[in-house]
Amino acid sequence: MSGGVDSSVAAALLVEQGYEVVGMMMRLWSDEAMGGAEHNRCCTPEQMADARRIADSLGIPFYVLDTKDVFRATVVEYFISQHREGVTPNPCMECNRHIRFDYLLKNALALGADYLATGHYARIRCNETGAFQLLKGIDDQKDQSYVLSVMGQAQLAQTLFPVGEFPKTEVRALAARFGLRVESKKDSQDLCFLGKNDYRDFLKLHAPDVMTPGPIVLKDGQVVGQHSGLANYTIGQRKGLGVFHAEPLYVIAMNPYRNALVVGTRDELGRSTLTAKRVNWVAGVAPAQPFRAQVKIRYKAAAAPALVTPLEDGRMHVAFDEPLRDIAAGQGAVVYDGDVCLGGGIIEPLAG
Amino acid sequence: MGRSVYLDYSATTPTDARVVEAMMPYFTTFFGNASSAHRYGRKAEQAVEDARATIARLLHCKHEEVVFTSCGSESNNLALRGAGVARKQREGRGHLVTTPIEHSAVGKTVDVLCDTMGFTKSLVSVSRDGRVDSEAFVETLREDTAVASVIYANNEVGTVQPIAQLAAVARQKGVLFHTDAVQAAGQLSLDVRELGVDMMSLSAHKFYGPKGVGALYVREGVPLVPSQSGGSHEGGRRAGTLNTPLIVGMAKALQLAYEEREQRLAHYLHLRNMLKEGILSRVSDVEVTGHPEQRLPSHISFIFGGIDGNQLLMHLDIRGVAASSASACKTGNPEPSGVLLALGYSREQALGSLRLSVGQDTTEDDVIFAIDAIVDAVTALRKLKASLGR
Repeated sequence: MSGGVDSSVAAALLVEQGYEVVGMMMRLWSDEAMGGAEHNRCCTPEQMADARRIADSLGIPFYVLDTKDVFRATVVEYFISQHREGVTPNPCMECNRHIRFDYLLKNALALGADYLATGHYARIRCNETGAFQLLKGIDDQKDQSYVLSVMGQAQLAQTLFPVGEFPKTEVRALAARFGLRVESKKDSQDLCFLGKNDYRDFLKLHAPDVMTPGPIVLKDGQVVGQHSGLANYTIGQRKGLGVFHAEPLYVIAMNPYRNALVVGTRDELGRSTLTAKRVNWVAGVAPAQPFRAQVKIRYKAAAAPALVTPLEDGRMHVAFDEPLRDIAAGQGAVVYDGDVCLGGGIIEPLAG
Repeated sequence: MGRSVYLDYSATTPTDARVVEAMMPYFTTFFGNASSAHRYGRKAEQAVEDARATIARLLHCKHEEVVFTSCGSESNNLALRGAGVARKQREGRGHLVTTPIEHSAVGKTVDVLCDTMGFTKSLVSVSRDGRVDSEAFVETLREDTAVASVIYANNEVGTVQPIAQLAAVARQKGVLFHTDAVQAAGQLSLDVRELGVDMMSLSAHKFYGPKGVGALYVREGVPLVPSQSGGSHEGGRRAGTLNTPLIVGMAKALQLAYEEREQRLAHYLHLRNMLKEGILSRVSDVEVTGHPEQRLPSHISFIFGGIDGNQLLMHLDIRGVAASSASACKTGNPEPSGVLLALGYSREQALGSLRLSVGQDTTEDDVIFAIDAIVDAVTALRKLKASLGR
């Protein structure tokens, strides 16, 4: 429970359905270096007080679980090390993999729980063969199956997503009906462990080396300018490069070994293939044959039609029907068959 | 919800029904302000002074030596700030002596006096079982020491200090001696003649009185600058309208505690020892903290190897048992117990403590239920830890 609308309504729905519910919040991060009450966006004293009051009003126990050490080791360190390698990580996927559906789930089960419920917008179905499927949430705008693609059969069997069955507008209406004072709250957007500033300030503080200025180069190595630190840029970015050139230039790659930002023309930007590693197949086994599917390369990207080929050693190859402009290493490549999320992996940097 | 067992009487006690009954008329019928000159005021004043007399009789002190406050923390603040500032101003004594195992109402107050008012402090070393070494105590007392403050019975590990011995040493050196008797009251002797203390803090809700009222014993002649200014209540030592019903309740509760002390302590000791033996015989990698004999009869404390105290409390609460941990924290940001660190325990050990405290309403069945719950919770947490590979 975060004190926000989604987890609060999830808890209220379960109480209404007759479950014996225990509220839990994870203390993920406490960054004294960021100073004062702004030291993190998640688990602030206000959010904790809100969640506690909601739990009290629902008549359920509420506990805060100290998750700081494991969160730092699995999510924050990963976030920093990936930036160091010149890729743009998705820490929410790692958090779901290592924290929510491992550390928290195991803690809940140890407390005697049968299920872990969260406020995610996704659905779980059990098909006729007894296998669990992960489905997009009813509300396409809010669907969070992308960051849940790390889940497997064991986790899905012990997880509930009560709000995934509703559109967000209805969830807000439910909050009002349950008398929860959360309706007017804004949705959380950025990474929870960042302060009021963005991830660049976070990296400056925790990994200043990834914010070292270096050259901006063309594919052939010609230096055309200077960048302020690789982590300040993202693949496909055009604005803010400060480079004058005959044609508009886009960020097409990052070379962490030379601390170089590689730029190119619009033609050089598009890619129609990618490979991904650490692929999780929700079904538990990789499909035996290449298959047609839709693949999302970012949380907010549209799913694009593609041919997906499972490879050895937990990797996959994706060939899109049309080139995509913003394929960024480190983000998830998540595979869908319509509403069904089949799984996903982490996009690998381009070889060479 | 299933069965609930409360084993956190050191945190607070329920108010005794006889105490509630004694208090009731003073909320409504006799609601006057004890400072008023009219008949309503006189009725309240009479009740307050009767309460003061009752407490003075139990402490073997003069009526005027009892100052009513709002809680134990306020009593500790008044003692240290009041006597500390007075002695610094009048005699230039700006040194404070205390222990590393005080309640924060003493520990933090000493730190604030050092940080903001130019005091210096020395901490007396303690042994692993929580006893202050009286030889070390003598050595810490200086020419310019204003006040020495030692907790009578520690809240976390239950160890009882040789207060009379320490107070006698302080007196020889001209140092005022204060003791925080918040945990001790209701169980140990509060006879200030025997103890020889100059100041002593009490809090009613630890001995079946109401929350929101405390007292400070201040020996006649001890200089005290009020820490709360205003009217001339309490001999000019503590401004603020007297809280008649709560003061009446405090006196009644203390009176009952010492009238019934023998049977209460026998009850506590029996159940406490059952808890101790049950847990030591059924759980591996566990040790008792604090002194084996010189400890509060109602109190037993443990360290469980490899267990986070906060998580243990969560698991016990789910199973219906209310207990306490030194690192207890509702915000998921546990700090190791400063007391356990001072006793020489490691950081990890100082995160794994459990305090159980029994009371008048505790039964043998409660204790049996709690032992089972603790065994189950520790087993579940150790299994969890193994499954997480951490």
